Amino acid sequence: MTENIQETKRGVPLWAQILVWGLLLGLLGLVAAGMVRTKEGPIRPGDKVRDFTMPLFSGYTFNGQSELSLSDLSGKVVVINFWASWCKPCEQEAADLEAAWRYYENGGEVVFLGADYVDTEPEARAYLKKFDITYPNGPDMGTRISQMFRIAGVPETYFIDREGVLRYVQVGPFTSTAQILQQIDALLQAP
Amino acid sequence: MKFDLTPRGLRITLYVFLFALILAGFGTATVSAQAPTPTDDEVNAIAKQLFCPVCENTPLDVCPTEACRQWRDLIRLKLAEGWTEDQIKQYFVDNYGARVLSEPPRTGLNWLVYLVPPALIGVGALILFTAFRSWRRLDAELAEADAGSGEEAAPDDEYITRLEEELRQRD
Repeated sequence: MTENIQETKRGVPLWAQILVWGLLLGLLGLVAAGMVRTKEGPIRPGDKVRDFTMPLFSGYTFNGQSELSLSDLSGKVVVINFWASWCKPCEQEAADLEAAWRYYENGGEVVFLGADYVDTEPEARAYLKKFDITYPNGPDMGTRISQMFRIAGVPETYFIDREGVLRYVQVGPFTSTAQILQQIDALLQAP
Repeated sequence: MKFDLTPRGLRITLYVFLFALILAGFGTATVSAQAPTPTDDEVNAIAKQLFCPVCENTPLDVCPTEACRQWRDLIRLKLAEGWTEDQIKQYFVDNYGARVLSEPPRTGLNWLVYLVPPALIGVGALILFTAFRSWRRLDAELAEADAGSGEEAAPDDEYITRLEEELRQRD
């Protein structure tokens, strides 16, 4: 009987066992890597924001460039607004964001950046024209930036200090220009 | 019908011919300007292969949101401009990432999606086959062993028969 059992065990060759276990371990590794990645986001206040580059819509430039990198804005307070033309709440805050931008524009210490999320260009352009938005705006190509911030929807606005550290996140629309100015002033006054 | 073969007649024929040619040219231009706009079916044939990241798990062809409507309009626009299905899908991948595709592109780690399930099914089938074969062999060996030890089992059978008989008598 013992011989029979040994015979049965010999039924699955060693190479097949190694292959199966190797595949299982590989899959487990992939699942584990995915879970670790899921836990990485979102970027929370106090976290350093990784560098990214965003192309700008034609007609928009920053320092004469048609694309903008976060690393280029070192030493400035950066306000990143995620929006979309199909997003009705975004329309509520569009005028307030533009007013806040115009308030700080000449000082040169604050940069506003509009990231257009999952949008179509003709509609996006119409939106920018409708609200007369003048601060740098561009498409979030491949949704790379929104994935980096792990946004939950639009609108969302991220306030980054002069050191490149995220300080405040506004989920949903602002209700007044003063609300935006308050956040920026706090960052400008920080030592 | 009689053709006027004088120089004047030939000249008139030439003018008429040129005039007809120009008219034909206008006709062709008009036809191409009035090329039919892509139908809903043509748009949806591409849309059903795409998923808008805003409305997860809803194919673009049946997604009711404003964002999806804009995407479908964009597909219609691109088709009208003469783009092919592959070009349009690539445009969406470039703009919104590979996750908009209903089927992951066959590149890099994505191959695992296509290779691992069939491989696991194959390995499972191999294990089942091996297990069934060994069980059958085991059954055959047990049956052989039972047949070989038939005489030894007889006392047990006799005992059971008597036990059952006594139980019946009590009832």
